[in-house]
Amino acid sequence: MNTVFNQDLGTMRFDLQVIASWIDPGSRVLDLGCGNGDLLDYLKKHKQVNGTGIEYSEDKAARCIERGLTVLQGDFRKEVLDYPENRFDVIILSQTLQQVHDPKELLVDLLRIGKRVIVSFPNFAHWSARLQILFTGMAPVTDQLPYEWYNTPNIRVISIKDFKRFLRITGIRVVREVAINTHHHDYKGHIVRSLTNLRATYGIMMLERVS
Amino acid sequence: MTDSSGTPPNPLLVSRNYFTFAQPPNEMILDCGYRLGPITLAYETLGELNAEGSNAILILHAFSGDSHVAGYLHENDDRPGWWDNMVGPGKPVDTNQYFVICSNILGGCSGSTGPSSINPETGRPYGLGFPMVTIKDMVRAQKHLIDHLGINKLMSLIGGSVGGMQVLRWCADYPEMIASAIPLATTTRHSAQAIAFNEVARQAIMADPNWNNGDYYSGPGPVHGLAVARMIGHVTYLSDEAMRDKFGRRLHRSSLSFDFTGDFQVESYLHHQGKKFVTRFDANSLLYITKAADYFDLERGNGSLLINETLADVSFLVISFSSDWLYPTYQSKDIVSSLKKNGSDVSFCEIEAQWGHDAFLLPNKRLNGLISGFLDRVYHEHCL
Repeated sequence: MNTVFNQDLGTMRFDLQVIASWIDPGSRVLDLGCGNGDLLDYLKKHKQVNGTGIEYSEDKAARCIERGLTVLQGDFRKEVLDYPENRFDVIILSQTLQQVHDPKELLVDLLRIGKRVIVSFPNFAHWSARLQILFTGMAPVTDQLPYEWYNTPNIRVISIKDFKRFLRITGIRVVREVAINTHHHDYKGHIVRSLTNLRATYGIMMLERVS
Repeated sequence: MTDSSGTPPNPLLVSRNYFTFAQPPNEMILDCGYRLGPITLAYETLGELNAEGSNAILILHAFSGDSHVAGYLHENDDRPGWWDNMVGPGKPVDTNQYFVICSNILGGCSGSTGPSSINPETGRPYGLGFPMVTIKDMVRAQKHLIDHLGINKLMSLIGGSVGGMQVLRWCADYPEMIASAIPLATTTRHSAQAIAFNEVARQAIMADPNWNNGDYYSGPGPVHGLAVARMIGHVTYLSDEAMRDKFGRRLHRSSLSFDFTGDFQVESYLHHQGKKFVTRFDANSLLYITKAADYFDLERGNGSLLINETLADVSFLVISFSSDWLYPTYQSKDIVSSLKKNGSDVSFCEIEAQWGHDAFLLPNKRLNGLISGFLDRVYHEHCL
């Protein structure tokens, strides 16, 4: 499963391809920041999931609904609050954690309404970012973090090591994890097995509440 | 694509049908306790019901609408139905695929039993003798019609404004008969502000001496009061931005008149709307229907009536419009919030539109796309 999954999958971002491969058929899925709904559409067609997406942009949310997906337009930070406990089998938070104000509270909320949460985030400790800081003395701009300090939506930086330490402290269990390295506009990539915090561009983890 | 009379070359012709039920002694018992019967509902249908009876869509009209949702009533008819841009062959609510039903509400004045109907006991129009009807009563009457048409489950219910209230009432009362629902620009309960505007409209009618306590059917009737009531309504249907854009402070004559005949374009617009309305609407119906809308409240008692396990199997598309201050977006979000608690499949979109509450009836690509995409999914999930 390292590179190619199938035709439909290949048109999705590589981290989403990995996430899709982790979803059990028929599960109830919530996709936060679902964008154009490519992942949800794939999961619906190929894994018969019962899926809902939340998307802030009216344009994107409307496009999702037009293509037959179930999507709520709104701020997911607020929208997740009124779901009942265990409403979803799995919640997907892909490349968004670095943009939320209260990641700890968010994960607590998500692990209430969902049994499991899959999180993916750009690894700030990738060697290319490290070298840029070291040699240029400036905030790194990489393929995964393509913004300048003044226009980035990312309000915090996370490394794989930081995130694992955070999970240990907060007592959230990691069910599954993988580190990936992507290239070609993030549509292709491979799994990194050693020195992940140095060599991987993204970390992906499936989390579970410790009851 | 239209000829000089305004009718397209091959108009989609529809006919108005009437269904009468609740014949004494089997009258329908209303929320207020009154036994009303017989009751007639005017309704129109478009498209064909499939063999399984699974492609029926019930459209619920807003407060001043009627059963004539789309198409033309006769060859030389120059005005199509009120939602002709949405409903018809190849349109978002595609009558090549779906069987569409629309009925005039109980208490209305376009063919269904209402205060202007003849009271069989007196042989004269009901007037204020007509019992107070609620949104629940309207829906109960529609249920009789749907049963009569032999439909066990509606593929979808669509309605905006007071029509949206009926959609929600259907969901609360007959959830097992519904596969999906599209409440548009609506609310589970009127705000104080909405009740306030309705009350001003009612007072305008009742202050007209020709209203005569509702007994005016042999005379001219409260045309001034009714026109003023409609003018107030139209103010609430627009928005600050829409009015600025549409009228600004432009005059409808070359200079100020220095009298009270009306100088501004916004004034002549309201006068025109008022005048047009009195030719087609009954003042007493306005009183009854606005009261029903004010009484409507799905939040009363122990939590929302939309929180109901049976609704877990119903798919929803909730839509609001950004500049609608009569039924603002937060009210649609409250609907969504309740439905989420059921585990219902619910989609929501707030459409950016400057036209205020009116936006739900105006041609809008986004609205078209949302409704057709949603219905297509429901059709494939429930009907095939």
